[in-house]
Amino acid sequence: MKTNKYMGENINDDPITRDLDRRDFLKRMGGGLLITFSMSDYPVLFGGKLLEDEKPGMNAYLRIAEDDRVSLYTGKIEMGQGPITSLGQMLADELDVHYDSIDIFMGDTDLCPWDEGTYGSLTTRVFGPLLRAAGAEARATLLEMAAEYLSIPVDQLEVRDGIVTAKDDKEKKVSYGTLTSGKEIIKKLEKKPVLKKPSEFRYMGQSMLRIDAEEKVTGKARYSGDIQLPGMRYARILRGPSHFSKLISVDTSAAESMDGVEVVRDGDLVAVLHELPDMADIAIYKVKGEYETKDPDVNDQSIFEHLVKNGTNKRIIDEGGDLEVGLKSSSQVFEMEYLDNYVAHAPIENHTATAMMEDDVMKIWASTQTPYPARTDVAEMLGVPEEKVHIMQIFLGGGFGGKIYNQQILEVAKLVKLTDTPIQLAWTRREEFSYDRLRPAAVVKIKSGINDKGQITLWDYDVFFAGSRGSKQYYEVPNHKTVSSSTERGEPDAHMFYTGAWRAPGHNTNTFARESQIEIMAAAAGIDPLEFRLRQLKDAKYINVLKMAAEKFGWTPAKGPSGRGYGIACGTDTGTTVGMMAEVEVDKTTGHVQVKRVVVAMDMGLVVNPQGATIQAEGCIIMGLGYALGEDIKFEGGKMLTRNFDTYDITRFSWTPEKIEVLLVDAQDEPPHGGGEPPIICMGGVVANAIFDATGARLYQMPMTPERVLDAMAKT
Amino acid sequence: MTEKIQFNLNGKPVDLTVDPDLTLMWVLRTNFGLTGTKFGCGLGFCGSCTVLMDNEPVRSCMLTVGDVGGQKILTIEGLARNGSLHPIQKAFMKHDALQCGYCTPGMILNAYGLLLKNPEPSTNEIITAMEDNLCRCGTYNRIIEAIQTASKEMKREDAI
Repeated sequence: MKTNKYMGENINDDPITRDLDRRDFLKRMGGGLLITFSMSDYPVLFGGKLLEDEKPGMNAYLRIAEDDRVSLYTGKIEMGQGPITSLGQMLADELDVHYDSIDIFMGDTDLCPWDEGTYGSLTTRVFGPLLRAAGAEARATLLEMAAEYLSIPVDQLEVRDGIVTAKDDKEKKVSYGTLTSGKEIIKKLEKKPVLKKPSEFRYMGQSMLRIDAEEKVTGKARYSGDIQLPGMRYARILRGPSHFSKLISVDTSAAESMDGVEVVRDGDLVAVLHELPDMADIAIYKVKGEYETKDPDVNDQSIFEHLVKNGTNKRIIDEGGDLEVGLKSSSQVFEMEYLDNYVAHAPIENHTATAMMEDDVMKIWASTQTPYPARTDVAEMLGVPEEKVHIMQIFLGGGFGGKIYNQQILEVAKLVKLTDTPIQLAWTRREEFSYDRLRPAAVVKIKSGINDKGQITLWDYDVFFAGSRGSKQYYEVPNHKTVSSSTERGEPDAHMFYTGAWRAPGHNTNTFARESQIEIMAAAAGIDPLEFRLRQLKDAKYINVLKMAAEKFGWTPAKGPSGRGYGIACGTDTGTTVGMMAEVEVDKTTGHVQVKRVVVAMDMGLVVNPQGATIQAEGCIIMGLGYALGEDIKFEGGKMLTRNFDTYDITRFSWTPEKIEVLLVDAQDEPPHGGGEPPIICMGGVVANAIFDATGARLYQMPMTPERVLDAMAKT
Repeated sequence: MTEKIQFNLNGKPVDLTVDPDLTLMWVLRTNFGLTGTKFGCGLGFCGSCTVLMDNEPVRSCMLTVGDVGGQKILTIEGLARNGSLHPIQKAFMKHDALQCGYCTPGMILNAYGLLLKNPEPSTNEIITAMEDNLCRCGTYNRIIEAIQTASKEMKREDAI
């Protein structure tokens, strides 16, 4: 089994059965210079040796063609997070070409080499440096070719916009395209690349507007449900009432009597097909399934007790000192329990796939973050080689970690296989909630202590089912222990639903618990919560981001609760250190919490596209307010009671803070770190702390709904 | 049971003979290929299928094609005129008021409906009018700014 270190879960453990033959690829594309690079090359960037990995998690091709176009082929995908813009910036700078001469092809399994998927903020921080190295390698190769072509030594040449020119004779020049014309050259990354210095950046570090915007504002951008094929029919699938249901019998006669309806049955899969989506909707309601259901006696109230009972698979994540000593040296001890319910990804685009057979190839346009693992799974299910399956990820209407499991792709492939007709399957919103891989419900137990000087003396942390990501604390605590009492997202049979990676998995729950506990101690010590943190932090990045945020926020010291409604949270995710402050207003009669403003300071190393990074941070803050304040999955056993947005409260316009300020540390000499996830981890903690500061009431459970806020206030 | 239904779609008269109970959203997508109108929740809660009916934003997943006989329907594909983007479309681009783009057509049409009625809305009026259009990527702050910019630009264009 291959463990993915970024997700802590086995996403794909099959050996690759096919890789694109590089020479065939170059021939098919029409020649030129091809640089191939992969995850195995990663150590080369730092002067090390290739990894011995037969199937690197990511691969890409960079091609420079005779028409002067530069093409990047990558299995990474664009889902709104902006790599289609930022990858071009990195490449244009290293290769010294104009940004507009770059074409990026993403997520097409017949065009791009294998990639494990787009998640974990990997694209910029891991793929980015490889891409820069490939650009540098291509530039060096082309310069050598130009030196020969012009009979001028490399050190007397310069490049701009893909034109190599003699430094002392501007008439002597040749374009990259001319150099590669009629050639078929294939190169790999072999040595430590010489990368551009920040002072030489032309595009990196510049704010660029996203390049796919026009297609999106005109409705021309096509998502997988927008593919319409001749003779295509729409599918609806019969679903059981609960995850613990088993289909006993089914009566399809009423549906079958409808004009134009085909009922497809294969084992437990029962589906209806019709050329009109409305008719497929009606037909599926006429299919009557009989089920045997054995729901566990667990619901959204009792789930936490159930999880703690099942959390017996304990692993030590981190420890230091001696907890007994810590307990003895504490003058005050705080034993708290934090709860977090299941959270849905709820992208506005439901899981969708459109598929057809063309000759003997299954072609699937699908909303997925993992086109290649999807190809593997479909090929396996159909019993065909991988080259008989072609997955195309076009535009994706939001992923957030939810579209890496591909159930809908397997379903549509099976239906196409059974009927040999083109089919589109778009899950309904109810299916989206029911079959989503939810962020796991989780419990965190913390026992911590402080001494008379307000120093943290004890930290005993036990997380049930949120996983280890972000569970390690980073304050200077002499006696500490962090335990995870389940596998990463929990043993499947302990949960009522499928669980999976939700934007910065687990870290959201862990930061809510940790940062709440910190401020509980700060308040008990009578110390301003910023001061309390700064006293016990040694990491310069934390100190820096907190001070930056404080200055912009206008933080003035006060012990909590100050009545001002100010909160702080901080943490490090995917290498990026985040310090956040928020101001809230709590309506003491209704319990409604309005977040007025948020300041976030981030140290994310090299910022490739400051505009893109800022927008990702804003997105994290706005999306994260949903899980902090409103998103509450209701269920009874394996029956999902939350079915649509009328009862699942994601952030709306009115919840959005009037002011969001994003501060980026200028660290251009450092490698880039994650951007799509880090700030979202702070949202629970920053809001809980601000509510406490406003009201004196401490919330121990997310989401912090008006009812829970009123309840906590009543107990204060 | 089919009926002949006539309406004006993106400035052009159209007629089709269909079951009048079919959902407008699906008819726009399947019969006319206008896939900019998106399916999101199917029950009018998310706004991604918003179109204008006689200048009023409506949820096309909650209307039947029979409901729109004789009416004027505008979808995202009909907003740009003579190859030139509408000021709201330009403002969304300028403010980077989108990420995945799936909710964007509905957002733009809902905003257009607001600006037709109230050319200079306050921030609170924008929030109230847009409240039931959902975006999961978190671009609300930028959409508000884009609508404010579009409001000014539309006023300027009207003055010319």
